[in-house]
Amino acid sequence: MSEAFRAEARAWLEANFPPSLAFKNPVPYQNDAPYAEGDPDWIVWRDRMAEKGWGAPGWPKMYGGGELDHEQTKILTQEMRRIGAFNPMKMTGYTMLGPTLLEFGTEEQKAQHLPGVAKGVTRWCQGFSEPGAGSDLASLQTKCVDMGDHYLVEGQKIWTSGANHADWCFALVRTDTSSKQGGISFLLIDMKSEGVETRPITLISGSTHFCEMFLNAVKVPKENLVGEINKGWGIAKRLLQFERDSLSEGRGEGVPLLPLAQERVGTDAEGRIADSDLRTRLVAHAMRAQAYNLTMGRIAAEGKAGQRNDALVPVLKNLGSDVAQVRADLIMEILGEQGLGWSGEGYSDVELDASHQWLHARAFSIYGGSFEIQNNIAAKVLLGLPSAPAPGR
Amino acid sequence: MAVLTEEQTMLRDMAAEWVPDRAPVTAFRRVAHEKLGHDPELWSEIAGTMGWAGILVPEEHGGSDFGYLSMGLVLEEMGRTLVASPLIATGVLGVSALRLGGNAEQQAAWLPRIATGEAIVAFACDEDGRHDPANVKLTAKRDGDGFRLDGVKAPVSEGVSADLLIVAARDEAGEIVLLLVPGDAAGVTRTRLDRIDGREAALIRFDGVIVGADAALTGGAALLDRVLDRGRAGLAAEMLGSATQAFDTTVDYLKTRVQFGQLIGSFQALQHRAVAMQGELLMTRSAVEAALAALDEDRDDAPMLVSLAKAIAGDTLRLCSREMVQMHGGIGMTEEHDAGLYYKRSATADATGGNGAFHRERYARLAGY
Repeated sequence: MSEAFRAEARAWLEANFPPSLAFKNPVPYQNDAPYAEGDPDWIVWRDRMAEKGWGAPGWPKMYGGGELDHEQTKILTQEMRRIGAFNPMKMTGYTMLGPTLLEFGTEEQKAQHLPGVAKGVTRWCQGFSEPGAGSDLASLQTKCVDMGDHYLVEGQKIWTSGANHADWCFALVRTDTSSKQGGISFLLIDMKSEGVETRPITLISGSTHFCEMFLNAVKVPKENLVGEINKGWGIAKRLLQFERDSLSEGRGEGVPLLPLAQERVGTDAEGRIADSDLRTRLVAHAMRAQAYNLTMGRIAAEGKAGQRNDALVPVLKNLGSDVAQVRADLIMEILGEQGLGWSGEGYSDVELDASHQWLHARAFSIYGGSFEIQNNIAAKVLLGLPSAPAPGR
Repeated sequence: MAVLTEEQTMLRDMAAEWVPDRAPVTAFRRVAHEKLGHDPELWSEIAGTMGWAGILVPEEHGGSDFGYLSMGLVLEEMGRTLVASPLIATGVLGVSALRLGGNAEQQAAWLPRIATGEAIVAFACDEDGRHDPANVKLTAKRDGDGFRLDGVKAPVSEGVSADLLIVAARDEAGEIVLLLVPGDAAGVTRTRLDRIDGREAALIRFDGVIVGADAALTGGAALLDRVLDRGRAGLAAEMLGSATQAFDTTVDYLKTRVQFGQLIGSFQALQHRAVAMQGELLMTRSAVEAALAALDEDRDDAPMLVSLAKAIAGDTLRLCSREMVQMHGGIGMTEEHDAGLYYKRSATADATGGNGAFHRERYARLAGY
């Protein structure tokens, strides 16, 4: 049964995935709408996947999904990875908002928002972090006042990925100042609303997908509240689990290391990578990457058997970011000075991608809750270690 | 934990109950201090009452034929309390050698006795203080229909008490051959090696030992490799158990020990190191279970997965036992505390069957690096 699906998926992918996208770094496609939509092959790929329902493989068909079961979804992922394909819908809306709305949204909210996400035509951004509330997310201050027939939102967000290209934003807003976590609500904001202003922040990688977002007396219809007023923190925590989940998977993408090293570094008489120090570190990385992928597979199999343990997610996120960062370092090392290009003449796509990816990779251990925050969460929730006393006590 | 069958869940639960009850670390301390090698009474319970020596033995020879993943579950529980037993040497290496390379007579002669615990087996491969199956020097010269063995094997786990030695030798053509040698054969001299972890290991001399034509197993160097892999995977499972226990004990201590007026487990510096250990344990478990499952399915990628499992289990046991000593502070350095036992075991277990460097190199070659 699953082998039949594998054959079906393989045949369909081979017939429909544009080879020009193979082993491309999916990050710019996910975060930069003009970049993605400027690539005609990406548009073709997105639309074919949308029609097939495989961009949101596990979702109900009525919301544009494929209604695949867990096993089939896993097989689809494996088959995509085999040919270097990526899911064009795997953006913020799909990985974070989608599962959250499926769990907490009203029928109207699901019907309004999910199909656009499953088809890859609506882009979402996440309005969580604020200048004073990064790792300490619950200290956020963006004000939301009940005006009777609508809400009025006033404040500033930061590190908002893709806000400058987003159609919608799911935001955490403060509806009660008397309680830190109990005064937060979860709101869907149309980015075309009057008073929404975004400003890109240029990063060391040259990418501009992070933005500042200013909310100046923005009117939001009341039906855009998800869940109950002041109950947004619980929804946010669940959403952050989905985020860590998505951030801890799919680290295998990108150009395969071994053939690249054999080509660029050369091999000795016995066929071994000529630089023995580099070879040693490449092998150590390959082993950790395999152990990590086996772990993701094991956790998924256990989850399917009803032994899901969400408390592991922060640990997995950190392991995944470490593996991916080491990988980015190693590619740079394999390429040598050809990995130092920023743009233009003299450098291949693979080489330019490597330098930008290397710079971008530092974000893996910062976004979605920093490495340290994940460790704090795991120490408390997974290991049951005591909290540190509050400062000044 | 892998998704287990009902049978495996029962086996694991029985092991999880029996091990801390009948073979806690205190039992190991007695074995180590009195240099017993293993406690014969415990071994008769392990093999006879629990039936664990027969987990890999076919049913027609008195075993349960449950497979390597099942054996791994038991070994993991035993690793938790550092149980010193001949289970890997006998029930994994011995049984695997006979199953994979033995003929019907050899199997009929030994497997039933192994399944009941009556016969202890030791697998003698290493010679030069470094695991290297390609570097077998012990000679097996043709002698009539049989062989004449000369050379030295060390260290040989369970080599003092073994009734049967399975010896890797080199024949006159330079090929590796595995031979069944009774422990009491003329010309065999066994000396107990006193090692830091208190377990049984021997230096065994073979001076003109004569065995018959029926002593040879079939399969040569490839068989040696396959048998070793099964032992390595079993040992990795045991190491996973030891590392997990070292970690659990340490985390418990972090929750009870007060310094500077606070539980030390509230210090971020220690919390983050504890979470790092947890991550390594997760990956070790995945690798160990994947290796055992690949052996059960006799898959082509089993050698790579075994090397992955053995290397990562070695690193993780070293990490967790080192942190166990460190986070317990001075008490962790005392003979009275268990931390030192895990730390000592980390070194011997890592070196046995190939250390991290050996297995990373092996993995590299198998993967084409």
